[in-house]
Amino acid sequence: MAVETPKRYIGKPVKRKEDLRFITGKGLYVDDIHLPGMHYAAFLRASYAHARIKSIDTSKAEKIPGVVGVFTGEYFRDKVAPLGTAWALTNADLKPVTWPVVAYDKVRFTGDIVAVVVAKDPYIAYDALDAIEVEYEQLPTVVDPEEAVKPGAPQLHDEAPNNIAFTWRFQGGESFEDLERKADFVIRKRLINQRLIPSAMEPRAAVAAYNPGTEELTVWVTSQNPHVHRLIMAGSLGIPEHRIRVIAPDVGGGFGSKIQVYPGEVIVSRLAMDLGVPVKWVETRRENFIGTIHGRDHIDDVEIAATNDGRILGLRVKTLANMGAYLTTAAPGVPTILFGLMLQGPYKIAGVDVEVKGVLTNTTPVDAYRGAGRPEATYILERAMDLVALRLGMDPADVRRVNLLDKAPATTVTGLIYDSGEYKKVFEKALEIAEYKKWREIQEKARKEGRLIGIGISSYIEMCGLAPSRIARATGFGLGLWESVLIRVHPTGKVSVYVGSHPHGQGEETSFAQIVADELGVSIDDVEIVHGDTDETPFGMGTYGSRTTPVGGGALALAARRIKRKARKIAAALLEAREEDIVEGEGKFWVKGSPDKAVTFQDVALAAYTADKLPDDVEPGLEATVFYDPENFVFPYGTHVCIVEIDPETFKPKILRYVAVDDAGVIINPLLAEGQVHGGVVQGLAQALFEEAVFDERGNLLTAGFNDYMIPTALDVPNIESYFEQTPSPHNPLGAKGIGETGTIASTPAVVNAIIDALAHLGVDHIDMPLTPFKIWKALKGKK
Amino acid sequence: MYPPEFKVLVPSSLEEALKLLKEHGDNAKILAGGHSLIPMMRLRLVKPEVVIYLGKVPGLRYIRENGSTIKIGAMTTHGEIESSSLLAEKNPLLQETASKIGDLQVRNMGTIGGSIAHADPAADYPAALTALEATVVLKSLDGEREVKVDEFIQGPYFTDARPDELLVEVRVPSLSGRFGTAYEKLYFRATDFAIVGVAAYVEVDGGAFSRVRVGLTGVGDKPVRARQVEEELVGREASEASIEKAADLASEGLEPPSDVRASSEYRKKMAEVLTKRALTRALSKAKGG
Ligand SMILES: Cc1cc2nc3c(=O)[nH]c(=O)nc-3n(C[C@H](O)[C@H](O)[C@H](O)COP(=O)(O)OP(=O)(O)OC[C@H]3O[C@@H](n4cnc5c(N)ncnc54)[C@H](O)[C@@H]3O)c2cc1C
Repeated sequence: MAVETPKRYIGKPVKRKEDLRFITGKGLYVDDIHLPGMHYAAFLRASYAHARIKSIDTSKAEKIPGVVGVFTGEYFRDKVAPLGTAWALTNADLKPVTWPVVAYDKVRFTGDIVAVVVAKDPYIAYDALDAIEVEYEQLPTVVDPEEAVKPGAPQLHDEAPNNIAFTWRFQGGESFEDLERKADFVIRKRLINQRLIPSAMEPRAAVAAYNPGTEELTVWVTSQNPHVHRLIMAGSLGIPEHRIRVIAPDVGGGFGSKIQVYPGEVIVSRLAMDLGVPVKWVETRRENFIGTIHGRDHIDDVEIAATNDGRILGLRVKTLANMGAYLTTAAPGVPTILFGLMLQGPYKIAGVDVEVKGVLTNTTPVDAYRGAGRPEATYILERAMDLVALRLGMDPADVRRVNLLDKAPATTVTGLIYDSGEYKKVFEKALEIAEYKKWREIQEKARKEGRLIGIGISSYIEMCGLAPSRIARATGFGLGLWESVLIRVHPTGKVSVYVGSHPHGQGEETSFAQIVADELGVSIDDVEIVHGDTDETPFGMGTYGSRTTPVGGGALALAARRIKRKARKIAAALLEAREEDIVEGEGKFWVKGSPDKAVTFQDVALAAYTADKLPDDVEPGLEATVFYDPENFVFPYGTHVCIVEIDPETFKPKILRYVAVDDAGVIINPLLAEGQVHGGVVQGLAQALFEEAVFDERGNLLTAGFNDYMIPTALDVPNIESYFEQTPSPHNPLGAKGIGETGTIASTPAVVNAIIDALAHLGVDHIDMPLTPFKIWKALKGKK
Repeated sequence: MYPPEFKVLVPSSLEEALKLLKEHGDNAKILAGGHSLIPMMRLRLVKPEVVIYLGKVPGLRYIRENGSTIKIGAMTTHGEIESSSLLAEKNPLLQETASKIGDLQVRNMGTIGGSIAHADPAADYPAALTALEATVVLKSLDGEREVKVDEFIQGPYFTDARPDELLVEVRVPSLSGRFGTAYEKLYFRATDFAIVGVAAYVEVDGGAFSRVRVGLTGVGDKPVRARQVEEELVGREASEASIEKAADLASEGLEPPSDVRASSEYRKKMAEVLTKRALTRALSKAKGG
């Protein structure tokens, strides 16, 4: 039997294996789970953002036919432990703020759950919510972090005086005071990184079923990290971890908002156990806006010490990070480790001094949202570059040329070791592709005609592939950050790969199969990737932080290589030769000099199972499990250039050109990588131009639907020209870096810089995002 | 997003629809394209006990010319208006307006009757319909009446229709001679409702404006005509210079809303800008451009 000769897959634009099921509507999401006897839960959310619950009358709701029960905070109080954060930041005076799954004494934001109805169908459940009467004593509300830390502000948690959940300080390199003395000037600017709402297409959902015979709980939940879900839920529910099976089936987007363990999945789990029926909950879109985490939300007071030739010597940043009402799973690490340590960027800055206060307010909790901390850092740096250019009358490109690191490896003042990259080369390449010089000339001419054209640059570097466990643990992260895989070769030579990562739209069922197929020399069609079920897959940390390919993929390559080594031994036995004499290629093994007498990978696989011809030191079977903990992060980087034109009467910006040059190391699948760049750029420009979560002063979310919260449509998005440079990372076996967040990190400041550049000659040096036509008009009012 | 229980009635004739409306009156809601009603029901902002679906009532979906009037059935979709060759020739203002409503799905489902009856203060049609001095025909078991659109729409989501009345037809003029029209819509995000929308309709005679109509949406409780602009221009030289001067009057007396998107002042300013643009484009068309 001849083996189909596989091509090398890595680097090829292989079409997604997932396409068939996703494009034909055959995906399986939590809402598609239907179990016999299943009941439905609906949550009554708080009427006020801050109030004491005086009484809850559920009697009318309970009488509605079809309602099985109504449960309040008192019911859950002793049965379920409240949720805390898993990123227990060290040296930051982190306060033990926890989140009861159902509020019992008071509510702290309008997404707090005050009662749960379980009914035979969801319509009845929602009718019953209307029949619950809650008496509240309203408390004063605070939504603005600057107000929240003032004396006399309303207090959210007894455990966190002055609403400060943590204070994190980092000082690296020369002190800012010294650098200030060496500098020719210091620019002081307040930059606001507004709050965003992740808006995954699939809202959150969970179905729980309990088998009292085996005492096992199965929970289907939309999650980026099913194993982490299981671990945390075991703690909260007080059941042994091995008695819980978490299945995250197809997940319709997460962007960070499905890392967290939320009250919803814990509540339905507990009720499924207590009521003896499966219980389902699917978030409404409105609940998703209010009750699922938000992202960003910084007030950054920035000081930039610079010289007259454009060098930025030092940066001092004081940040108020609005954490919302509670600290969720990864929250404390986002505005600190993932932000502060990135404040040197790809530049030669000699000192970084950053202090972050995590502030609690009566708003939706804030946690990781695509990029998580790194977009906030890049925004500060890239705005700083342009502010220095403006101040000195220098070309913003030249300011970057003065400041850019030439190439990696490089050690930062924040203690990171950049792995690989040609920062200046990629920068020049991006400017050349975007025809930077030509656009400067066009801009000059256009200005004379009263037209407003602007050019924005953004150079970024990203710490991702979130890994080495020892560093993660040193920062207080609750777990290590390795990944694991199990590769199992079946007797027919077909391959099942069980991974701890949990891709949810990124396409790793394809790119992982490419890696395995190339390593083993088999066809990509013979490789299946299994993920998302804790009973099937080895422990994994999940998919976020652009870590799935560098860390999970790294584990995969190592495991495949281990299989290959064993396969060579078996092949040698079959060919009655010495292992050193075995040559392999294209899925076959032969003895040096006799390629015509080859055995195939299938022959070897079968021999591993028939087990009669194995060498003495070789066990039957052909599988390998690898736990891989990389030695360092990976650092993709790049330069994006954006050209905009602003309508001089309506002030509506239009992106004329968008060029992205990214170096994410070895690209496994350019089609998927480009898709990630496109999606990322769109989400980043959405922050620059469209999106903002707005609360009124009483804590009501005014943008609680897609009418008011403007995620851009396809019509609002320019053509994105994406190019890759491929400098392998030495930090993992594939040489790959992450590509999931680069677009989001780079594009926000590229777009903002372009708009400010278009207006600079009118006396505008900054506008806080989103830069809507209204905001631009307002900034120009009274200027000319 | 689960509405409370409601009953759906599906009349198969106009007569039956009117009967059901009379019977259920205040507790009923008409369902046309559903693109405004269904979201409100899902959010439990409206909780009708009875929903009367018009989709199976024959004779409500047409665009036809009748002398100097074009009659449009209430159930005609935005998409049908957008692609009507009759309107393209004889009332391009309505056609252009329809083409700028929402997205393809909205235009395929949403109806002109539903849009007017819903009376969203930022809806697109009302700008054009006000400029065109259009009327709507309301029918009940007691008879029929014709009302001007700017009198029919009384405020945000509030019209002159009685609970037993059905909006059955919209009437717009069939335009001829040296006319030009344009609808300018400002939105921040594609497919959204207008921040401000301005519809202009001009006729030119011997180098001067002989007729000018400007309708605005999104600038207050209901659509308005910019009468100051109209009066300023009629009789003046048909030129961009005249428009430039007159357009600044568009915001006079307006009190547009402020919201999370934009302030009242910005909307006023945009009313002027869009009035200028709409008139300029309309004039260029009237001149054969
Ligand atoms: C995403 C989205 C974007 C949109 N963008 C725009 C936009 O840019 N511009 C714009 O103008 N509109 C926009 N709309 C609104 C859209 O045009 C609606 O379809 C329209 O306003 C209502 O028409 P309908 O046929 O869907 O009415 P329905 O939703 O069925 O009904 C609306 C209301 O009118 C009543 N009604 C309907 N027909 C009649 C009748 N014949 N007689 C009496 N009462 C009646 C109903 O009882 C209900 O109260 C948008 C809607 C959506 C969902």
